[in-house]
Amino acid sequence: MYNKLNLISISLRKKIINTSARCNIPHLGSCLSCIDILVYLYWEELKLFIKDSTNMSRDRFVLSKGHGAPALFQVLAEKEFFDRKLLEEFGEPGSVFHEHPPKPGLIAGIEAATGSLGHGFSMALGMALAEKINSLNFYTYALISDGECNEGTIWEAAMLAASNKVNKLTAIIDFNKWQATGRSKEIMALEPLDEKWRSFGWHVIEINGHDFNEMKIAFETCKSVENKPSIIIAHTIKGKGISFMEDDNNWHYRIPNQEELNLAIKELENIS
Amino acid sequence: MRNTFAKTIYQIALKDKNVVLLSGDIGNKMFDQFKKDCPKQFINCGIAEANMMSVAAGMALCNLRPIIYTITPFTTIRCLEQIKIGVAYHKAPVVIVGTGSGLSYSELGPTHHSLDDIAILKTVPEINILAPSDSIELEKFLREAVKSELPTYIRIGKKGEPNLHSLANNIAIGKANFLKEGKDFIILGIGPILSEALEAANLLNKHGLDVAVASMGSVRPLDSNFLIKIKNQKFNKWITLEEHYSNGGLGSTIMEWIFQQKLSNKVELTKLGVPNTFINELGNQKYIRRKLGIDSEGIKNKILSI
Repeated sequence: MYNKLNLISISLRKKIINTSARCNIPHLGSCLSCIDILVYLYWEELKLFIKDSTNMSRDRFVLSKGHGAPALFQVLAEKEFFDRKLLEEFGEPGSVFHEHPPKPGLIAGIEAATGSLGHGFSMALGMALAEKINSLNFYTYALISDGECNEGTIWEAAMLAASNKVNKLTAIIDFNKWQATGRSKEIMALEPLDEKWRSFGWHVIEINGHDFNEMKIAFETCKSVENKPSIIIAHTIKGKGISFMEDDNNWHYRIPNQEELNLAIKELENIS
Repeated sequence: MRNTFAKTIYQIALKDKNVVLLSGDIGNKMFDQFKKDCPKQFINCGIAEANMMSVAAGMALCNLRPIIYTITPFTTIRCLEQIKIGVAYHKAPVVIVGTGSGLSYSELGPTHHSLDDIAILKTVPEINILAPSDSIELEKFLREAVKSELPTYIRIGKKGEPNLHSLANNIAIGKANFLKEGKDFIILGIGPILSEALEAANLLNKHGLDVAVASMGSVRPLDSNFLIKIKNQKFNKWITLEEHYSNGGLGSTIMEWIFQQKLSNKVELTKLGVPNTFINELGNQKYIRRKLGIDSEGIKNKILSI
C-alpha cells in the first residue's frame, strides 16, 4: 500500500549516504534509523504549507534528535521547501547546511535549532501549550532518540505535558537501541521504556518504526487520545537499509569510503 | 519589588492575552488574582527550570510573550544552556525575571546568592540585562520588555525596597538616570543597593563632599551616552556599585568601556561589589553588606580613602 513511500525512503537513503561520503557528515546510522518516520510524517501526517512555511496553522515538527539533520534536510528538499540545489553546499564553509538544524529562518521548514539533546522536546511542548492557550489549531510532533532520554529535561517536559493534558503533542522515539558509545539500555536504566512513559501520564503506542502501515494506525490513534499527550515508541534499526551498517554502532560516527559507498548504493538499487 | 512585579504583570496580562506567566513553583498567593482572572495565562512549570526555559522559547516562537519568574540562580545559571540556545539563539522574546537577586536571600546561603548572573549572561549574545534599582524603574522596564522583540533578563530584589527614582525621571531600557546630582564623585550603580549609595552620599555631605548617584538601569544595553555626558561634566572619579561579584558585572563592563573609549587617563574608576568568594558567614542582607563594605558606611569610607 505504501509503495510510493518505500521508493521515496530508498531514494532519500541514497542521498543521505552520498552526502555523508561527499561532505564527511557523520551520524549515518541515526539518519537511516529515522528516515522512514520522517517520510511518513512529511508525506502522510503533517499539515504543511510548503510555500508559506511560517503559516501559523502549520503543524510543528521538531527534530529534537538534532543529529538526524542530514535526513531532515533531504526530506525538506524533496518536499521542495527549498531548492534541492542548495544542498550542494552541504558542509561547505559558509553554508547553512551542516550537522544540525540551525535556528528557524535560515532553512525553510526548520522549526527549532537542535543538536544539544533534550532542548527540542521542551520547545515542542512550549509550542503545543501555545496552541492550547490560543486555540491555534495545529498539532506538534517531536522526534527524540533513546539516548536523548538520558537528559533530565525529557522527563521534566514529560511530566509538565501530562499535568497540562497537552493532547495535541505527539512524541516519537527513534528507539534504535544504541547511543553514541554503547547500548542505550546498558548505559542508563532505560528499560522498561513503555512503562516509564505510561507512568509519566502518556498514552503509549509501540510500533515497528520502519513499517508505514503501523505508523498510520499509530498516528491516527494519537489524534483520538483525549486529555493526555501521546508517544510512539518506534522500534528501529540503526543503519537500517544497508546490510553492513545495520545495528553496527560504528556507523554513529563513521563516514563510508568509496567502496562502502558503492556497496551501499548497490544494495539500495537492488531493492528498488 | 516582587509585589510591583506581580501587580504590573497582572495589569499587562489582563490587556494582552499573549502574555503568559510561567512560575517555577514560587510566588505562593502572590499570583492568586492573576490565576483567578487569567487562568489560561498562568502555568506553574514546577521545580524544573531548564524545561521551563525551553518551553518559554517554544511558546515565544508561536507568538506568545512568556514571562519566567523564579529565584535568580535557578532562572539563570541553572538553565544557562536553555537560555543560550532556546531563548537567545532563537531570539525568542522571553522575559526572564530573577527574584531575590544579589544578597536578597543572604540568610539562605550561597545556594541562593546570585552574584554571578550578570557576568555569565553577559557572555550570551542578544539578551538584554536589566537591573532596576526600585519599583518605579522595574515597572517601566517590565512594560517595555514585554513589547520588545529581544529576550530580556530582569534582575530584581525581594520586597520592601524604597523608591529611589523621582517620577519625573525619563526611565527606559538603556537609559541611566541621576538619583542625586553632585559634583565631586559619581556613584554609578545598579539594583536596590543604590539606596546605600544615597545614604553614603548624605554621610559624605558632612565631610564636605558632594557626591552624585546614578542608576545605570541595565548592563546591556549600556548607556554610553550617559557615560560620555558625565565625562564631559568633568566627573573624573567614578565608583561603580553592584550587589554582584566585582568581576564580570557592571564595574567590569564600565572598565572595559573606559578602556575602549581610551579614557583611562581621564577617569579614575573604583569598583565596589562582592569579592569573588563564597560567603560562609551568613546573616541578613544588611549584615552581609556591612561585612563586605558595600553598605552606606563602607561606601562612605571607600570614597574618603580615594
